[in-house]
Amino acid sequence: MLMVNVAGAAVIVLIVWWFWLYKAKEVGQDNTGLVIVVENGTYKPSRIRLNANQATELHFLRKDASPCAEMLLFPDLDISESLPLNKPRTIRLPPLTIGEYQFHCQMQMYRGVLKVE
Amino acid sequence: MSEPTSHGYQHFTVKQPDNSLSMIAEPNQHELIIEGASCASCVTKIETALKAVPGVTSAQMNFAQRTVTVTGDAEREALIKAVESAGYNAKTIEADSHAEALEKREKAEWDYYQRLLLEMSFALSLGVPLMLYGIAGGSMAVSTNAERLAWLLVGLLTLGIMVFSGKHFYVGAWQSFRHHTANMNTLIALGTGTAWLYSMVVVLAPGVVPEMARHVYFEATAMIIGLINLGLALELKARGRTSQAIKRLIGLQAKTARVIRDDKEVDIAIEQVLLNDKVRVRPGEKIPVDGIVVHGHTAIDESMLTGESMPVEKGEGAAVAAGTLNMTGSIVFRATRVGKDTALAQIINLVKRAQNSKPPIGRLADVISGYFVPVVMIIAIVSALMWLNFGPDPAVAFAMVSATTVLIIACPCALGLATPMSVMVGVGKAAEAGVLIRNGEALQMASRITTMILDKTGTITLGSPRVTDIIMAGNDSEDRALQLAASLESSSEHPLALAIVESARARDLVPLQVTNFNAIAGHGVEGEADGIKLLFGNEKLMRDRGIDCGSLVKRAQLLAADAKTPMYFAVDNVISALIAVADPIKEDSIAAIKRLQRNGIRVVMLTGDNQATARAVATKVGITDFFAEVLPQQKTDKVVALQAQGEIVGMTGDGINDAPALAMAHVGFAIGTGTDVAMESADITLMRGSLHGLADAIAVSKATLSNIKQNFFGAFIYNIAGVPIAAGVLYPFFGLLLSPVVAGAAMALSSLTVVTNANRLRLFKPLEH
Repeated sequence: MLMVNVAGAAVIVLIVWWFWLYKAKEVGQDNTGLVIVVENGTYKPSRIRLNANQATELHFLRKDASPCAEMLLFPDLDISESLPLNKPRTIRLPPLTIGEYQFHCQMQMYRGVLKVE
Repeated sequence: MSEPTSHGYQHFTVKQPDNSLSMIAEPNQHELIIEGASCASCVTKIETALKAVPGVTSAQMNFAQRTVTVTGDAEREALIKAVESAGYNAKTIEADSHAEALEKREKAEWDYYQRLLLEMSFALSLGVPLMLYGIAGGSMAVSTNAERLAWLLVGLLTLGIMVFSGKHFYVGAWQSFRHHTANMNTLIALGTGTAWLYSMVVVLAPGVVPEMARHVYFEATAMIIGLINLGLALELKARGRTSQAIKRLIGLQAKTARVIRDDKEVDIAIEQVLLNDKVRVRPGEKIPVDGIVVHGHTAIDESMLTGESMPVEKGEGAAVAAGTLNMTGSIVFRATRVGKDTALAQIINLVKRAQNSKPPIGRLADVISGYFVPVVMIIAIVSALMWLNFGPDPAVAFAMVSATTVLIIACPCALGLATPMSVMVGVGKAAEAGVLIRNGEALQMASRITTMILDKTGTITLGSPRVTDIIMAGNDSEDRALQLAASLESSSEHPLALAIVESARARDLVPLQVTNFNAIAGHGVEGEADGIKLLFGNEKLMRDRGIDCGSLVKRAQLLAADAKTPMYFAVDNVISALIAVADPIKEDSIAAIKRLQRNGIRVVMLTGDNQATARAVATKVGITDFFAEVLPQQKTDKVVALQAQGEIVGMTGDGINDAPALAMAHVGFAIGTGTDVAMESADITLMRGSLHGLADAIAVSKATLSNIKQNFFGAFIYNIAGVPIAAGVLYPFFGLLLSPVVAGAAMALSSLTVVTNANRLRLFKPLEH
């Protein structure tokens, strides 16, 4: 029984680490165009590194028919867009100052972050 | 586009152009859809034709999508012509995107709905018989080899259902897991996966599980997958209804227009209408694009855009807006705004954007949503451990059931849907009443307004002075006096002069030629017509010229006390008439102000006018708090002063002079007339001139906020009560432990309930007047 309890506690620690403490690596950019695929409940890639003070274009391609995937929000930038199915939608971002900018669906089940450096 | 890197992640590239505007469209960029391009060589032909257009700096065609992006200072019409001259057809993406995108979206949603129903039927066709078998007393235990074989078959069938009907849950859960996120799919996949795995262990290796716990739960897996797919399908249908307002707006767009080209009337697609095209609209037809009437007279129903129910008379020179309905006459108008530039297209964009924004009240739910799923997973583990340590036999089975039920009953969707669904309906509802709400923050703030500041001119009053009284001193006719006064005033630039001239024009009085015109600053004007000396101005001017105004002075004082501006008119140095000009109070201002006050809102009036006029207007409309002689720049100070008293201040103005005060207020309301409104200048734009729009906006905001709160209450209570019950807290007291199937049904219902509650807002009627 002790082993079971220890295993349970270990799984809890793993959950905390995997979902909250672990920071996924960002994908970088070299100024030619990034496609973010919206599929199976995720944005791929979901952590994107951008240069500060430069306008940016992001292309979202929604392959997920679920209505949850339809809306894309950048709350800090006051941008909300609906993503058509299987057709890229370009989002133009203004030059951003250093910081992290979240983007997500209406219900925050799909989540991503722009890391501006 | 991507390449593997040494650390196993992919490097993607992001285009960072030099331009700095946010949002979707650049002012110097056009996207066109190309029709008729069938081979890759067309690309060069089209690009070359476009690059030859003066001002174009680049043209890039995406052959796969048949779209071309053109950058540079060129008119869209010139680009379309260039493509047409190259032998292809072009249309703008923006112009048709609303209607076509809606059509495509509905088609995609319908396909998805059908798929969900099919998946549901498949899952329930196994789940329901199994569940009925259990209810009817059939044994779910595995004790003999024959039972093992039978259940193995059922287990494999369940696996088939998991693959066919539940694939999206498992793939989604795995993808989220890889990205270190968790969502509804994670919970469903874990819950159903646990039940199935446990059951398969019982079937394949019964020795691992204590004898009492050798039960299978295949029916739970199949039922949960079926019920959640059913819930998703119903939710999809209900969601469709929340965007009805925007659909209605999009539906206002005409599909074709009858333009006059080379003296011939031709019907063309609306996307092909060019600026300055002459467009004919017959009675009963929709106005296809924005324009100015150049021929004909009609009445136009603008209620779909402004909420104003009375048709508006339109003659030559009047502006018409796309989406409105031509009622009586046939008109020809010149197109001034087409495609995405029409007022209707801008309204659609504004409403769409606002519908997707979130009021601050939703932020707590957002924070909770971020932690919700992992927390539920932890609760499920803790619950299982509690049962294993302290539960009765068979503890393993109890542990498995409670963990599965916790995972399945928890519903992050209800929390996540609570705000966006209500905002969607609320903002749409407001748009139907001619109230455009910029974003969720404005929506929430408007519901809390305690003080409403109204600018007098143009807000409470019509904003255009009119002649209200003509009192004759002698036996001359009113028309003659007005004609002479108008002749004199037609040379003046004073705003009150315009009222006199307009009034004469309304009576078909033709002004005479005036000579020796002289403006006497601050006093009035003088001149001669037909050899008669004319003098028009205030009492002081008359006194200075030795003209006796007699009993008219008393009448003038009475008029002044009634918020009117009296002016004396003398002919050949003899007083002829007293003409009063006033800015009339809008018909429904008094009722609308009363409505605001009834709702507990303190109404304050600001005006640049003198104390007497301000008092007279304030008294008439029932306002006790007013500030007179306020310079435009002092309006902001008044807003700040009221805010310092702890008031949540709404400021209403015409959106131009009042811009700083509108921006300073908690909520700025721009009041527009017709469709010619400055939508970018305020938090909330009232499409019609009536102040009832203010009360409507506040009523819709309050209704939406309370709807959001109801949703939150439901979602929180559901999760706070549901999860512990699923974990088994009631078992020690009442012996009650939820079945995973019941949890699946509850979960499917909970988000449906939120969407249905949001839909109730559609029944809300803000118009009390």
